[in-house]
Amino acid sequence: MKRIQAPLTKETINSLKAGDLVLISGTIYTARDAAHKKLDEMVFKGMPLPFELKGAVIYYVGPSPAKPGKPIGSAGPTTSSRMDSLTPALLKAGLKGMIGKGRRSKEVRSAIRRHKAVYFAATGGAGALLGKRIKECDLIAFFELGTEAVYKLRVEDFPAVVINDCHGNDLYEQVGGIKCYD
Amino acid sequence: MKNIPVESIIQEVKKACIDSNCVLRKDISLALRRAHRRETGRAREIVGELILNSKIAKKEMMPICQDTGITCVFVEIGDNVHITGGYLNEAINEGVARGYRDGFLRKSIVEDPLFRKNTRNNTPAIIHTEIVKGTGLRIRIMPKGGGAENMSRVKNFSPNSTVAPIEEFIIETVRLAGANACPPVIVGVGIGGTMDYAGVLAKKAFFRAIGSANEKPFYDKLEKTILEKINQTCIGPQGLGGKTTALAVFIEPYPCHIASLPVAVNMSCHATRTKEIIL
Repeated sequence: MKRIQAPLTKETINSLKAGDLVLISGTIYTARDAAHKKLDEMVFKGMPLPFELKGAVIYYVGPSPAKPGKPIGSAGPTTSSRMDSLTPALLKAGLKGMIGKGRRSKEVRSAIRRHKAVYFAATGGAGALLGKRIKECDLIAFFELGTEAVYKLRVEDFPAVVINDCHGNDLYEQVGGIKCYD
Repeated sequence: MKNIPVESIIQEVKKACIDSNCVLRKDISLALRRAHRRETGRAREIVGELILNSKIAKKEMMPICQDTGITCVFVEIGDNVHITGGYLNEAINEGVARGYRDGFLRKSIVEDPLFRKNTRNNTPAIIHTEIVKGTGLRIRIMPKGGGAENMSRVKNFSPNSTVAPIEEFIIETVRLAGANACPPVIVGVGIGGTMDYAGVLAKKAFFRAIGSANEKPFYDKLEKTILEKINQTCIGPQGLGGKTTALAVFIEPYPCHIASLPVAVNMSCHATRTKEIIL
C-alpha cells in the first residue's frame, strides 16, 4: 500500500505501477458526464477552468447528498468509459490523474502514456465506505448540475488501485488472462 | 371492497425507498460472506470492502451506493381495492420524491433523455401495474443504478435456436460488461414474451432471493450451469480477477410468438436493492 498526495507530482506518477494499491490524500475534483461536456468546451475555447488542471486528479463521481453535519453522502466511482471521448483533451491540458471504474478506450490509454498520467479504479458499489474518506466538499462550479456539479474534495487515505500507469501497463489487461480455478 | 388511502401508500413507498437503498438484502449479504471465504488476495479484499461498506451504510443509514437509481415499481392491485384520496401513480411518485428527499438519496432522473435537465426529486418512477383478483395491494420497489443497467442487452434469437447460443449470449453480456457493471453481479434473464416484455421479466427476476430454486427444474439447472460458467471466466470482483464474478443468475421464461425467441439480459450489481410492501 502506497500513500500518495494529490495533486500529483511527476515523481509520484513515475513511481506508480499498474496493480499498486494506493491511499490518496489531498485535493481532488469531481466531474462526471455533464461537467465533462462543459470542461471540454472550455478547454476547446481556451477559457479559464474552474480549477487548476495541471497535476489535478478528477474523480468520476456523483455523490449522494450530505446529511446535516457531514461533508458528503455516499461517493463511489461511476463508469469511466463514458468520459473517454472527452478525456484526451483534458490530459493534453494538464490533467494527471483520474479515478473511476472500468476499462478506458485505446485513445485514452495512449493519451495517459503520452502525457504521463495515471488512471485509478476505486471499488464500485462501496459508496458509503469511500464517502467516509472525504473530509471536505466544496461546490466550485456548475451549481445547476446538482450531483453532477464540480466539487473540490479533501480526501484522506482514499483507497484505489492503479489500472493504467504512465509506462503503458493496464491492470485489466494483465488480469484478463489469469485463471482462478485449478 | 377494501379502501386504501393514498397517504399510507406514500408513507410506505417513502420508507421502502430509504430502507432498500441503505440496508443490503440479507441473501446478498450472506452470498458476499460466502464469496469472502472462497476468495484470496485482491478479490478477497474487495469483497471485504463491500461487506464493510454495507455495515457502514446500515449503521449510518446512508446509501450502499451513491447511485440510488431510477425507481422501478411493480404493483399488483386487487380488483376489489379502492384507492381513496388520490391516484395510485401520483401517490407512488410522491412517496419516491419524499423518500429521496428525506433519505438524502441521490436524484438521478432527467426530464428528457436528450435535453437532460434533472427533475430534482428522482421522479417519475417506472411503474408497472397488474390487476389481480382480490383485495390486496402489493408494491415492490427496485431502485436500479445506471452502471450495470447500461451493460444490459436484448437479442432476438431464431425460434429454432438451441439453448447453447442463448447461454453464450448471457455469458458474453457479463464478459462485455466487465468492471463497468461492478462485479460481483447478479444476472436477470427474461426469455420469451416480446422484445420489451423480455426486459420486464429480466428485471422482475431480481426480486428472487439468492439460493431460491427456480420453479421450473429445467431453468433451475440452466441457471446453475450458466452461473458456473460465468464464474469460470475469472473476471472476478471489480474485474480484477477472482472466483466470484456473479452471485446469481435468475431466469424468467414466458410464452411467446411462434416466430420469436427474445432474450433480455439485465445486469445488476451486488447493490441489488428491492423492498416489498403489502397493504
